[in-house]
Amino acid sequence: MALRYSLEIDFRRWLSNCFVNWFALAGHCRKKIFRSCDRYVSRLKSLIWTTGLLAGLALRAEVPSAIAIKDAHIVTVSGEDLPKATVLLRGGLIEDVGAQLTIPADAWVIDGAGLTVYPGFVNGLSNWGLPVAPVAARGTAATATTEPRVHGPEDRPQNYSYERAADSVTPADTKLEAARAAGFTSSATFLDRGIFRGLGAFIDLAGEKGREMIVAEPIGQEISVTRGAGFGRGFPSALMGYLSYVRQMFLDLNQYQEAKALYAANPVGLHRPEYDHTLEGLEESPRLLLPAVESQQIERMLVFAPELKKPFALYGLHEAFKDIDLLKQANVPLLVSLKWPEKPRDADPTDVPSYRELELRAQAPSVPGLLAKAGVKFAFYSDGVDSAADLKKALKKALDSGLTRADAIRALTLTPAEMYGVADRTGSIAKGKIANLVVMKGEAFDDKTTVEYVFVDGMQFKPSKESQQAAPGAGRRPSLDIAEEEIDGDRL
Amino acid sequence: MRKILLLLAAVCSLNAQTFLIRNATILTVTKGTIENGSVLVENGKIAAVGKNISAPTGAPVVDGTGQFLMPGIIDCHSHTAIEGGVNEGSVSDSSMVNIKDVLNPTDINIYRALAGGLTVSNVLHGSANAIGGQTIVVKLRWGKNAQQMIFEGAKPGIKFALGENPKRQGYPPQGFGLTGPTLERRYPGTRMGVEDVIRESFNEAKIYQAQWEEYRTKTARGEKVIAPRKDLRLEPLVEVLNGQRYVHAHCYRADEILMLLRVADDMGFKIRTLQHVLEGYKVAKEIAAHGAGASTFSDWWSYKIEAYDATPYNAALMTKKGVLVSLNSDSDELQRHLNLEAAKVMRYGGLSQDEALAMVTINPAKQLGIDNSVGSIEVGKSADLVLFDQHPLSGYSKPLKVWIDGNQYFDRAKDLEARADFAKKKKVLLDKEATPARGPRGGAATEGPSQ
Repeated sequence: MALRYSLEIDFRRWLSNCFVNWFALAGHCRKKIFRSCDRYVSRLKSLIWTTGLLAGLALRAEVPSAIAIKDAHIVTVSGEDLPKATVLLRGGLIEDVGAQLTIPADAWVIDGAGLTVYPGFVNGLSNWGLPVAPVAARGTAATATTEPRVHGPEDRPQNYSYERAADSVTPADTKLEAARAAGFTSSATFLDRGIFRGLGAFIDLAGEKGREMIVAEPIGQEISVTRGAGFGRGFPSALMGYLSYVRQMFLDLNQYQEAKALYAANPVGLHRPEYDHTLEGLEESPRLLLPAVESQQIERMLVFAPELKKPFALYGLHEAFKDIDLLKQANVPLLVSLKWPEKPRDADPTDVPSYRELELRAQAPSVPGLLAKAGVKFAFYSDGVDSAADLKKALKKALDSGLTRADAIRALTLTPAEMYGVADRTGSIAKGKIANLVVMKGEAFDDKTTVEYVFVDGMQFKPSKESQQAAPGAGRRPSLDIAEEEIDGDRL
Repeated sequence: MRKILLLLAAVCSLNAQTFLIRNATILTVTKGTIENGSVLVENGKIAAVGKNISAPTGAPVVDGTGQFLMPGIIDCHSHTAIEGGVNEGSVSDSSMVNIKDVLNPTDINIYRALAGGLTVSNVLHGSANAIGGQTIVVKLRWGKNAQQMIFEGAKPGIKFALGENPKRQGYPPQGFGLTGPTLERRYPGTRMGVEDVIRESFNEAKIYQAQWEEYRTKTARGEKVIAPRKDLRLEPLVEVLNGQRYVHAHCYRADEILMLLRVADDMGFKIRTLQHVLEGYKVAKEIAAHGAGASTFSDWWSYKIEAYDATPYNAALMTKKGVLVSLNSDSDELQRHLNLEAAKVMRYGGLSQDEALAMVTINPAKQLGIDNSVGSIEVGKSADLVLFDQHPLSGYSKPLKVWIDGNQYFDRAKDLEARADFAKKKKVLLDKEATPARGPRGGAATEGPSQ
C-alpha cells in the first residue's frame, strides 16, 4: 500500500501485465485458435486496454508521495469542524489534519478554497465489490431432474453462513465507480444469496486486487427472512418457517459449542461432535443483521432477535416512524434503507392504495430525521440503489424530510464504522486513520454540489460529471485489474 | 403543566376500565337473561351484574336502553393476523413453526372482526400438513402490539390435519406440463400415510423425551455427557404428551376422526378439539367418550369430496350426544357475524337461545380452557362485552360498542364520525403523490397553481 505511488513499481507491474497479456494471447492463438472467437476478441480487448493504460502512465508518474488539501473546510466528524484547515495524506493514511500544518516539500498541494472535505461515505450494507455474475441457481438447467425435498432445519436449506464475502471481493465490480462518484469510499459488503448469507467484510471501494480492499472481516452475518416464498418450494416456505429455522440454527449452535468445549477438554469416552460448517459460520459471526421494514416487523424482530444471543442490527426500517420510542429503548444499531418506497410506476390507475401504503411512502424518508432527533444511532444502506445520481437523490430526500446535514454526514461515516467495530481506523478525518475522503465543491447534499475528488486508501479519483449522473455500468470500464483477472479465470 | 396533563391522562386511563352499563337486556349466556339490567365494570373486570346497580361516583355510565349486552364472541378457528403464510406446508410435520412468531397486529381484519363483536380468536396454522404449527389464542386488542394481543394464561395449541389436504403431495414448482426440475413429492399420499406421519412423530417425540430424561439422570449423577440436541419440532409434541399443549385437529370424515382418537389413545394424549368435523354427528358418542370438543360450521359444506356428507343439524346432534360444540369462522369475513351463525342452530336442531349463544361464547371458551375468565357475563370475569342495538340472534342486529378487559376497542358511532376526517387525510396523501415534487432541474419551485 505504501508503495502505491511509486512509479517504478507501477510501471513494472503494468509492463509485466502487458507482456503477460501478449503471451497469453499468443498461447491462446496457438492452442485453440478457432475454438472460441469470443474469447479471442475479449483477450484482444483487454490487450488494447492494457496498452492504453501504459500510455496513460505519464499521468500516473506525476502522482506524488503525499497530498495536502490546503485551506479547505474540513468536516472531521470525530473532532471539531475546521472551517479553514489542511489535511495531509501519505502512504494511504491521514498523516495529519489541522489549521496550522506545515506542508512538507514533497507534497502535492490541492487548493481547498471553496472545497469541503468529509470522511468517505460508508454504505452500511450492500453487495458492492462482489462479482456481478450471478451465482448459478440450482437446477436452472432445462433437465427434468428431481430436487430432493428439504425435510427441515437439519437439512440446512439455503445456508451459506460459512461463505466469506472477503474471498469474492473484486475491484472489477462496475458499481464501484458510481459509488465513488456519489462520495462513497467504503461498504459493509455481504454476499446476497440464501437465508444465511455468509460472513460480511468491511471494504474500501478501490484497489488493484480484491484482497487489498478488505478493511475488516468477518463483520457479521446477514440473515434474510422474507415474507414467505410460497407453497411447494420446500422448507422453509412461510415466514414462520424462516423464523423457526433461524431459531433452530442458534439452538444448534449453542449445543455445538457446548459439545465442542466438552470434547476439547477431554475426548476420552465421548462420542466426538459432528463437524458442521454452517454452525462454524454462525460461530464466527460477530453480529447478525436482521430485516425489519414495517412497524410490526420491527416489533417482532426486537422480540425474536435477543433469543439468538448474539449482538444484532436491524435493516430496512421504512415504517420506523411509528416505533421511534421503541427503537430508542432497544438501543440496537439500525441500518435505514435508501430505497424509499414509491408509487409503483406501472400501477393500475384505478387501484387506490391503502392509507397505510400512502403513509409509508410519504413518511419513510422522515425516519432518519426522527431517529437523529431522538438520539438513536443509525446508518444508511443502498438497498439496490446503485447509481450516483440515485444515491444523491435518496439522501437528499432524507434531508428534505427533516434530517440535518451534520446528522446525515455522521450516519454516512463514523456511525457505520462504529457499528462494525472499525471506527479506530476509518469513519472520520483523524490523524493515523485510513485516507478515505470525499472532497466536494460546496457542501454535501446541496443541489449544485459536485464531488471533486474521492480518496480511497489514499488513491485519488476524480469522478467525471457524467459518472455523477449516469447509471451504474454506463461509461468506461473502471477496473485496473481486468487484464489480470482474465488470465486467471474467464471473467467478462 | 406537562406533568399534570400526564397524571390526568393516567387517571383517565384507569377510569376507562371502570364504568356502568345501564338498563340493557343482559344476555349472560350461563345465568340467563336479565331485562333492564346493569353491568358494573371495575378495573377491567365484571364487578356486578343485576337489576339495580348504581355507578361509583365519577364512573361513566353507558345507557343501554333498548339494547342487548352479550359476552365477547370467541372464534375457535381463525387464520386472521398471520403474516407471511398460513401454512408451512413444505413438510408433513411442521410442529417447529409457531403462529406466535408471525402475528400481525396491524391486520385490518382484526378491527373488522371487532366491529362484529369478536373479542377472542384461536389463531391456527393451516391444514396443509398432518402436524401443522403451534397455535396461539389472542384477544383482539386493536392498536396494541403482537405481544400485547396474546391471551395471557391461555394454553397454546398445535394444529393437526387429516384427510385431503395433508395427503396432497405438492405441485411441480414451475407449473404443470413444463419441463424443468421438480421438487421431490411430499409424503404422504394417502390417508393411511397421514396416520403414519402422526404416529411416527409421536414415536420420535417419545424417544426424544427419553433421551433428555437419560441426560438429566446422568448429569444429576455427575457424569460428563453431551446434551441432546434441542429439537424445536419435537418439543411441542412432548408438551402434547405432557398435557401442556392442546391439539386442534382439522377433520371431516367419520373414519378419520375415529382413526385420530385411536392414535391419541395409543400414544397417550388427548384431542382437545376436532375442527370442522362435518361427519361428527355419525361418531358423536365416540367423540364425547374421548372428551374432545367439536368446532364446526353452521351450514357450510360440499366444497370438496370429504365435505359432502354433511348436515346443518351437525352442531345440534353432537350437542345432544354430549359433545361440547362451538361454531367457528375459519374466515376473515365469517368471523364478523358469528352471532348469526349461532342463530342457525335454533333453526336446524331446535336449540335454545342460550344454547345458540353458547356456541360462540362459553363453549369455545371451555374448548380453549379460558372459561374461567371469558365466555359469559359473570362477576369476576374479564369485561369482554358487546353491546348490540337489537338481539344478537336477529339478522338485523349490529354491534354498537365492544370492550375487551373493560377497554373500549370499537364504537360504531365514533367509527362513522371519524370517516370523513380519515377520507380527508387520505386525500391529502393521494394529492401529494399525484403532484410530484419538482426536482432541481425541473425548474425552481414557483408559486402559483401547480398542475
